[in-house]
Amino acid sequence: MAKIDALISWKDMPLGCHVGQPGSTVDFKTGDWRSQRPVLDREKCIYCGLCWIYCPEGCYQDMGPEEKYFQVNLDYCKGCGICAYECPKDAITMVVEEV
Amino acid sequence: MSKRIGIEVSLTVSEAVRLADADVVAAYPITPQTHIVEHLSELVADGELDAEFIPVESEHSAMSTCIGSSAAGARSFTATSAQGLALMHELIYMPPALRLPVVMVVANRAMSPPISIWNDHSDIMAERDTGWIQLFAENGQEVLDLTLQAFRIAEHPEVLLPVAVNLDGFTLSHVIEPVFMPEPAEVGKFLPPYKPALRLDTDNPVSMGVFGIPEIYTEAKKDIDEVLRDSKKTIVKVWDEFEQIFGRRYAPVETYAAEDAETIFIIMGSISETAMTAVDEMRAEGKSVGLARIRLWRPFPDEEFKAAVAKAKKIGVIDRCLTMGSHGNPVFQEIRSLLYPLNDRPYIFNFTLGIGGRDSTRDDFKYIYDRCQVLTDEGQDRFEMVGVME
Repeated sequence: MAKIDALISWKDMPLGCHVGQPGSTVDFKTGDWRSQRPVLDREKCIYCGLCWIYCPEGCYQDMGPEEKYFQVNLDYCKGCGICAYECPKDAITMVVEEV
Repeated sequence: MSKRIGIEVSLTVSEAVRLADADVVAAYPITPQTHIVEHLSELVADGELDAEFIPVESEHSAMSTCIGSSAAGARSFTATSAQGLALMHELIYMPPALRLPVVMVVANRAMSPPISIWNDHSDIMAERDTGWIQLFAENGQEVLDLTLQAFRIAEHPEVLLPVAVNLDGFTLSHVIEPVFMPEPAEVGKFLPPYKPALRLDTDNPVSMGVFGIPEIYTEAKKDIDEVLRDSKKTIVKVWDEFEQIFGRRYAPVETYAAEDAETIFIIMGSISETAMTAVDEMRAEGKSVGLARIRLWRPFPDEEFKAAVAKAKKIGVIDRCLTMGSHGNPVFQEIRSLLYPLNDRPYIFNFTLGIGGRDSTRDDFKYIYDRCQVLTDEGQDRFEMVGVME
């Protein structure tokens, strides 16, 4: 379960529950929602970037023309499997997370 | 000095919105709200109201537009009825939760089917628990005044909640009444220009309508509920200010011949005018009867209501709505649950009257009075649909 730093009293609720700090969702790590994680076979990867395009959470990072692959950020990956489904070379396998 | 003019009550709403100098009007026409929006369209087209008139493709879009424009810092208005209000339903929760002071006028109409364009309160009762401040008008002057007050209340820094003003479709919306039309200078003293407390602004970015995980949802809802309950004192304060400027007094609950009355009718909306005539006639026959009219429905004015019926022995709650499958209707449920803990509580009976536009007459109120006595004597507890053909 995601750790909530501090529970907020209703008296301290920001007006209309708005968020005044842009990009603050970075603080909310959703990786522990995951039951499966994507594992990349770099031998098969052709660096097409479809995983990066399709990832609904923007978890993939372009490692550049030298490395020629995209790396998933497991702090945020929810394990939806879209990257594995879309990969044209079946280079991504979803592996069950061991508890 | 205000001038007294004869005007269709729908148009008093449009004129109040003009006097309030609204920035955005987004609405879709639906009977019996249509004349309100038509006239607003004319006022904008004629340059008498400097606003964006957005003729949206549905009520869902009307409320969506008002949420967006209010979030952008614009004074925003819409109006609707019945199925149109129902189509707004999923959006109706947003202005309270986001603290956006949208003002909406509802020309109350029965929910179809069978298709009815006529008046009752079943449309707004479906939105009862959504966090809006809800007011019910009795006559044309009150419709104008409440619409104007709605902007002041909604935008008050201690409130920042949307306000819905209810007026009975046709029986109010389509009649011509004598109304004191305020002067713009007077309105200027009452309603300052809108200064949003929070708005979408690229220089100071904020996110509105964000995710609420279980650890925060309860607190978020409690916050809105507290603000809504607390808004009563600001509403009363705004009504005091209004009285000082315009000389017309408003209170959460109005009474008529209720001080010493043994039997009291509870009413919302315009049928109280008929009820007052019936009360006069029954008083002339020596019957101890009066009425209390709830103007402020949300937040419910517990203390004012209890004071208004403090001496009543029998209460006949008149609902303009049918709560299917329940032992009573919305106003009745509210009142019986409010008064139940009292040691010396009165008998409380429920009557559905005048749904789908059926005429409500003085004889109906006399019938309700008689039934209150009979039900008390017989120790019966059930609600009745007045005038239903068996």
